[in-house]
Amino acid sequence: MSGTGRANVLKSLALATTMLIAGAASALAGASEADFKAAYAAAEAANKQAASLRNQWTPTAAALAAAKKAAEAGDFDTAVASSQEAEALAKASIYQARSEKDAWKALEIH
Amino acid sequence: MRSAIHFASAALALAALSFGAMPFAVAADTPDPAADAKAFQKFFTEKFPKVKLDDFVNGPYSMNEDMHRQWEEKEQFPPYDFSLDLGKEMFAKPFKNGKSYADCFPNQGIGIRQNYPTFDEKEGKVVTLELALNRCREANGEAPFSYVKDEMAALTAYMAFTSRGKPFDIKIPNDPRALEAYENGKRYFYTRRGQLNFSCASCHVQNPGERIRAEVLAPALGILNAMPIYRSEWGGMGTISRRFTTCNSQIRGVPLEPQSDEYRDLEYYLSYVSNGLPVSGPGARP
Repeated sequence: MSGTGRANVLKSLALATTMLIAGAASALAGASEADFKAAYAAAEAANKQAASLRNQWTPTAAALAAAKKAAEAGDFDTAVASSQEAEALAKASIYQARSEKDAWKALEIH
Repeated sequence: MRSAIHFASAALALAALSFGAMPFAVAADTPDPAADAKAFQKFFTEKFPKVKLDDFVNGPYSMNEDMHRQWEEKEQFPPYDFSLDLGKEMFAKPFKNGKSYADCFPNQGIGIRQNYPTFDEKEGKVVTLELALNRCREANGEAPFSYVKDEMAALTAYMAFTSRGKPFDIKIPNDPRALEAYENGKRYFYTRRGQLNFSCASCHVQNPGERIRAEVLAPALGILNAMPIYRSEWGGMGTISRRFTTCNSQIRGVPLEPQSDEYRDLEYYLSYVSNGLPVSGPGARP
């Protein structure tokens, strides 16, 4: 590799590292009430969709309740984390309901 | 996030388990309840060749000799007796308008448990005994009972007792809606749900006779013939509605409302495939 090429690689690496550090720093920064509200709304919407498929999970409800409790106590980092967990759980329940639409037939006794 | 990872692991493990066992084939498209019932009963009698067909109604007690002996002793002083007495008294007591439960049912409600659930062609839906009892109450100006509490368990215990030994005789009339309800019930039975990714069949078809923690799992065949049951785990009586909602909670699914269409259809399916097996309710379980 030429000297210029090596310099370009180093520049790219430095840029990528800077971006990674910046990303990590923003993730570590304290979450705000607005962050919580957005995360909670997304989780609630997913759980509502699971309800329309008649397939809600109890841990989703527990994570939503934990998020609300943390937010009421002013702990928005925990509130956002619990909301995100609730959203992931709700999305898994939606996936389950959709995949089971036909998959159940494989278990039927014949 | 941790829970989502748990779900994925459980799903993978269960998928491996079910494909490993694989005594099943892909469903045929044309619904044939009579063929289903025949295959269902054949599956269980072949899986447990030592268990007599009628004995499947005794659930875990039919799976294990020690438990069977314990149960025979328990039946000398059955724990559901108090509920049976209460149910008999409640059944005979007239409503405020002078009518009684007997006025709402064929044969005054005696010896008819084996015919429920029925398909109401006027309504186009499945009607369970629990639902019919509450409709009777409401039609006579009384408040409905909770579907998961003692009063409903007592009434159904008494009605089951008057039918003891009579074979289940669930009818599917020549009505596409009845067949659809049956098919919906079947689908509910085999569909995995909850964070644990279990279907009713995961426990009661794939693993009857095995333990889940301290419990011996009951076979699906004849599982409703013993209802309602006294469960030591519950410290009291439980209706079919209580059984369904508790099963859903145990696999970390949010239970549906008691007597929702899904549960009514599930009861229809499960009862139909146990046609011919005797009513043994009220029962007792660990």
